[in-house]
Amino acid sequence: MDFDLSDEQRQLKDSLERLLADNYGDLNQRMGYMKEQKGYSPAIWQQYAELGLLGVPFAEEHGGLGQGLTETMIIAEAFGRALAVEPYLATVVLAGGVLRHAGNEAVLKELVPSIVEGKLTLALAHQERQARYDLADTATTARADGKGGYTLEGDKCVVLHGDTADKLIVTARVSGARNERGGIGLFLIDAKANGVTRRGYPTQDGMRAADVTLSAVRVGPEAVLAGPEKGLAVIERAVDEAIAALSAEAVGAMAALHELTVDYLKTRKQFGVPIGSFQVLQHKSVDMFTALEQARSMAYYATMMAAEPDADERRKAISAAKVQIGRSARLVGETAIQLHGGIGMTMEYKAGHYFKRLTMIDMAFGDADHHLRVLAKAGGLS
Amino acid sequence: MDLRFSAEENAFRDKLRTFFRTKVPASIRDKVNEGRHLDKEEMVTSHKILHAEGLTVPHWPKEWGGADWTPVQHYIYTEELQFNGVPQPLPFNVSMCGPVIIAFGTEEQKKRFLPRMAALDDWWCQGFSEPGAGSDLAGLKTTAVRKGDHYVVNGQKTWTTLAQYADWIFCLCRTDPSAKKQLGISFLVFPMNSPGITVRPIVTMDGGREVNEVFFDDVKVPVENLIGQEHRGWDCAKFLLGNERTGIARVGYSKQRVQRIKELASRVMAGDRPLMEDERFREKVAAVEVDLKALEMTQMRVLSEERHRKGNTPNPASSILKIKGSEVQQATTALLLEVAGPLALPYQPDEDDVQFGSNEPPVGLDWAAPVAPGYFNYRKVSIYGGSNEIQRNIIAKAVLGF
Repeated sequence: MDFDLSDEQRQLKDSLERLLADNYGDLNQRMGYMKEQKGYSPAIWQQYAELGLLGVPFAEEHGGLGQGLTETMIIAEAFGRALAVEPYLATVVLAGGVLRHAGNEAVLKELVPSIVEGKLTLALAHQERQARYDLADTATTARADGKGGYTLEGDKCVVLHGDTADKLIVTARVSGARNERGGIGLFLIDAKANGVTRRGYPTQDGMRAADVTLSAVRVGPEAVLAGPEKGLAVIERAVDEAIAALSAEAVGAMAALHELTVDYLKTRKQFGVPIGSFQVLQHKSVDMFTALEQARSMAYYATMMAAEPDADERRKAISAAKVQIGRSARLVGETAIQLHGGIGMTMEYKAGHYFKRLTMIDMAFGDADHHLRVLAKAGGLS
Repeated sequence: MDLRFSAEENAFRDKLRTFFRTKVPASIRDKVNEGRHLDKEEMVTSHKILHAEGLTVPHWPKEWGGADWTPVQHYIYTEELQFNGVPQPLPFNVSMCGPVIIAFGTEEQKKRFLPRMAALDDWWCQGFSEPGAGSDLAGLKTTAVRKGDHYVVNGQKTWTTLAQYADWIFCLCRTDPSAKKQLGISFLVFPMNSPGITVRPIVTMDGGREVNEVFFDDVKVPVENLIGQEHRGWDCAKFLLGNERTGIARVGYSKQRVQRIKELASRVMAGDRPLMEDERFREKVAAVEVDLKALEMTQMRVLSEERHRKGNTPNPASSILKIKGSEVQQATTALLLEVAGPLALPYQPDEDDVQFGSNEPPVGLDWAAPVAPGYFNYRKVSIYGGSNEIQRNIIAKAVLGF
């Protein structure tokens, strides 16, 4: 039992925080990146590559750094503080996680070096409109062509950074009913392949997403990342790792938002005194602090348990973490806006942007109530 | 960063678990788990069994019986003790007065008090709160006036837990009424059978007799019973109150209670299915489990970081242990009440209950009897040891810098 960072991990944290302080110190810088063609800054993406961030979870034999979930947690927390808009979660954690757990050697060897160099971005096209938070619910179909290839047909929505990704990982049903667990295959396709239509848009939290239509998209056998016997299990693993990373990102955002709020209470004067001298406001900011620290504890727990091979134990722990993150994020976010008063409502002030990101993190891969239900149904934690 | 327990740590846990389960009588552990009151004899029995194995004061320095464990080992010890329903070694002895004497006492005082304290040969109680000094403890009025080789103590203490069993009391008394309120207080210890002491029970709403009023009427206390410097007793008090950082969350007891809630709710029927299968109920249980897991992880973070902290400055995260720990404990007692439902109603008085005590056989189910009293009684945990509102004041000042 040891919560200390190694020297290398501390170094990673320090250098990333420095880089982000330079590039995200001012809210206007972020607004600038959002207006760039891709909705983020390719220049910063290259700096992430130079820092080695893009190779963190990939095995060394595939061209990665062979690091663990702790490094991902450190990176995600720093991104949360900075409100970074680059497609790290989409490319490295989520799609990267699918690639790793699908274990298709040829694909890994081909793609990982380009990802690590910052030359290739990916997106996971899994979410469908009717599915809500049910990862098994997949109506998109993959019809076998008898020669090892498939024809993909269906609609995907809110594909994170799907509008700018070079390649998409598409989930599609090879067999079975719409929300059956078995029968989901994973396919790697070029984002500009024939039959793929993407409609990109900004999301509430300043990122980008796309709705993707697949009409008669023909793929060869080399596009199959995982067959229908294990497609869902791969998705679940990657999503669990993404939830762990999102938890850490939320902690970073909550910590920064809490600091911003406490600073504000100490400087804003009304009735001739700093409003932070009022006990009622002090206690509310303490409740934010408590929620933040409980969330931090559960982000650690999620990071620890995301590597757990027993899928049931892993899922319960991840659900528990997501419950805590969702609840803490809501309390910290809403209280922060309330304690700021009018200024907290404005687009030009940072608090609202943290609040929006935190709210969308709760909505991603299952909100607090969803995961509480999942956890309770599975018999709870003990 | 590795958040798993090592093989050595797991072996340590297994050894303790086996000891607790085989050496501490099941009759005592069952009572703790079921939320029943222990009598003095049971508490002493359990304490002495632990003491024979060196398990009452592991956190003390080695020369006074400490165990020289790592912070993680201390954590495992506390959790296993609590989870297995072993009564905590008497906190007034081992966590409160003992550490003060170790930190502030003379060699003579250490030799005189510590060994008997660790063994529970003397039962200690705490004389801090007064009717006019609760959250504002430094406003206490009990006086100790120096007369030659002794002090004369006059005044009243209240909420004195288990004073009816106590052989000794450690007591904050005002020795300099002219000084600023924190600066005129001294830390005195004296026997409870000293002439001039009267103990009067305060019955709590659950019917329990845990706490008392203690009155001092010209009680003579020899000057050698002063701990630390005269007028500097507030230093001892602050040290004592800041000392208990991790045990206070009582994670192990809450874990045990959650397990019990699940077991009972799997047996209690709600309509045609066990209560545990009721979606709303099981989601409430799961929500408490999430809170508890977060608390457990927070506690481990505090422990893990304590190694690196110089001096006596606690980790900021430690300040939330009291707030969240008490909230979780209260949530578990509320869930247990819900499990019992209408069966929680029959009141089963203790034999010494002045109003309703009788020798009639008890009404209702055994397990359900202590449930409602437990719920009522546990409202105390967010009040004692510095109320949760005072804890928020402390965090606001010490952590957030208001």
